[in-house]
Amino acid sequence: MYIYDQYDQRIVDERVAQFRDQTRRYLAGELSDAEFLPLRLQNGLYVQRLAPMLRIAVPYGLLSSAQVRKLAHITRHYDKGYAHVSTRQNIQLNWPVLEEVPDILAELASVQMHAIQTSGNCIRNTTTDQFAGVAADEREDPRPWCEIIRQWSTLHPEFAFLPRKFKIAVCASEQDRAAIHAHDIGVELLPNAAGELGFKVLVGGGLGRTPVIGSVVCEWLEKRHLLTYLEAILRVYNQHGRRDNKYKARIKILVKAMGVEAFRDAVEAEWAQLRDGPSTLTEDEVTRAKSFFTSPPYADIDGKDAGEALAARAAADPIFGNWLTRNTHPHRVPGYRAVTISLKATGIAPGDITDRQLDLLADLADSYSFGELRTTHQQNMVLADVEETALYSLWQRLQKAGLATANIGYLTDLICCPGGDYCSLANAKSIPVAEAIQARFEDLDYLYDLGPLELNISGCMNACGHHHIGHIGILGVDKKGAEFYQVSLGGSQSKDAAIGKILGPSFSQDAIPDVVENLLATFVSLRQGDETFLQTYNRVGIEPFKERVYAKAD
Amino acid sequence: MPKLIKQDTICSDDWLAADAASDQVAQHHFPTLPQWRAATGRTLRTVQLQPGDVVAELADALDTLDIIAVDFPVLTDGRGFSYARDLRERGYRGELRATGHFMPDQVHYLRRCGFDAFQPADDSRIEEYLRQSRVFSEQYQASVDQPLPLFRRREAQAG
Ligand code: HEM
Ligand code: SF4
Repeated sequence: MYIYDQYDQRIVDERVAQFRDQTRRYLAGELSDAEFLPLRLQNGLYVQRLAPMLRIAVPYGLLSSAQVRKLAHITRHYDKGYAHVSTRQNIQLNWPVLEEVPDILAELASVQMHAIQTSGNCIRNTTTDQFAGVAADEREDPRPWCEIIRQWSTLHPEFAFLPRKFKIAVCASEQDRAAIHAHDIGVELLPNAAGELGFKVLVGGGLGRTPVIGSVVCEWLEKRHLLTYLEAILRVYNQHGRRDNKYKARIKILVKAMGVEAFRDAVEAEWAQLRDGPSTLTEDEVTRAKSFFTSPPYADIDGKDAGEALAARAAADPIFGNWLTRNTHPHRVPGYRAVTISLKATGIAPGDITDRQLDLLADLADSYSFGELRTTHQQNMVLADVEETALYSLWQRLQKAGLATANIGYLTDLICCPGGDYCSLANAKSIPVAEAIQARFEDLDYLYDLGPLELNISGCMNACGHHHIGHIGILGVDKKGAEFYQVSLGGSQSKDAAIGKILGPSFSQDAIPDVVENLLATFVSLRQGDETFLQTYNRVGIEPFKERVYAKAD
Repeated sequence: MPKLIKQDTICSDDWLAADAASDQVAQHHFPTLPQWRAATGRTLRTVQLQPGDVVAELADALDTLDIIAVDFPVLTDGRGFSYARDLRERGYRGELRATGHFMPDQVHYLRRCGFDAFQPADDSRIEEYLRQSRVFSEQYQASVDQPLPLFRRREAQAG
């Protein structure tokens, strides 16, 4: 993974000193609330219902075991002993004290971490595929490009006061595991007609109140132009994005208002001024970035032997077999797999992880996966490089720690925002809804029968829980002061990205598990062969689901 | 006289914010862009831009201007950062002055975008503006005061 040099370290250290001074001035009354607001947000600090919330950047989801141990220490020492993995691969603390935040940032800086630009109206953490570098369907490792974007966007002087927040995601594989269509900018590494890899650039995707799928602004861009082109897009947005209404301030609204052709023309005009300038990437820089993401020293393994041994194990111990099928992902190197650690055990807020579990995962990363861990935008964690022969012992250790829930990609692996329990913007709670669904559908055999299914819950239309792109989406709404839930169907976050359609009138919290059960029963009765929920839905449409759910509700 | 920062020192001069309501440009007030446009023969050697003004309008007149002021009516409106870089990239060499309601903690970014004079609406904390102007000694991006991005300077170091 990327290792800081003296320059990176100096920037992060100076940032800590700056924020320490800002916090001191704020507490001394030398900075007003209005002045401190953007300053604290750009260091990841929200003020929420119960306490401030601190969002720590995990650049493109990559963590070393030393960093994970530091996070465990921070949650123990400065918080209540648990942390939360967010849908943008970051880590959140729910209970820090403002006065201690500068110390937390200093602790983070000691392991090459920070909270820079994890909220506020600036360029946020760049995200990518959690299987980057190991996925079999990858065209090129996206992480060097994410790191190049990270450096360019960190403390960018021109783009710290944008109309609204700005999110970039990079995808480099056949399957899109980074939801690039739902980002302000989505970048996909793709070959051109001559077979040379470059970037397809999407712009104006996003969720929130007005969900939009991104439009193509550039079909293919030579790699060396990446930063100048991004800069041109940001400059058009910074100058022309709406600032009079925060709900219309995202770039998606600008792209819609201008039309993608006019937007492209404006970008091209800006780019003409920046193109081939000093920010044009050099061979040396790309080589340097790539040098941090070389393969670890994989063992030379006979994949066939290892596979057979594993199959025998799975047959002998079906509980292990379930986990193996659901929670491991093929690896490009024979004899290895990527393991997803589910943070979706029933009864625990989705994405929450305790200090002890973090410590354990750091140890497991050292023993089984070259000392690295990853966070996923589905709020789980990944050990990306595990030898197949070691999977059984790894699984046993995960099981003891409550980290072996075998549900990755299935209904109970749901995405959920903090909702009304923590968030002051919420219309409704979301964590109890998640728990009620997980409790209702605990029967694993039934879950596996249903096949891959994504259920996403947000506590309000800000859509932190990605409800628009869930196959089933649940959104907290306010109905005359009471908490209700609107259900949508047919969203998707992959290459066939789609925004879900609203089923009909909203439901009370108690009714949600029944509603989900009815939706699933409808699916099972109409399903042909091995269809997934989404395939059946796309074939039959929303009507049969509607009929069943509302017939029962009457 | 209002205080401002120029060349890392606190000083003062006569310039006051533009008065958009008037047809005439009052003495010591910056002209607005429409007032500047209305003056014949490019006789006015200063102008004050507001968010929403089209910077390109000045493109042919840059060497006739001694001061371009860019106003920040609220600290969260970051359009002026892009205006500054745009003006410098187009070759403007005169004074580029940030005016209005920006805060001390923004001076560092403003300077990197090409501003070289800072005239906050409230000058009672002017020392703080000076103190916050150089809180970082290193940066990743190319910018007006450091035209080479860090990656090119790293390469030069590595030889
Ligand atoms: C509890 C404090 C939180 C607050 C106050 C908050 C606030 C918001 C707001 C206001 C938006 C809408 C922004 C817009 O559309 O321009 C938003 C979107 C979002 N938030 Fe949060 N959020 C919180 C927690 C989280 C958490 C815990 C996650 C991850 C699990 C998260 C991930 C996201 C994502 C992915 C979006 C959608 C981005 C998009 O529209 O493209 N947020 N949040
Ligand atoms: S979706 Fe709404 S309720 Fe949930 S975290 Fe975001 S802002 Fe809060």
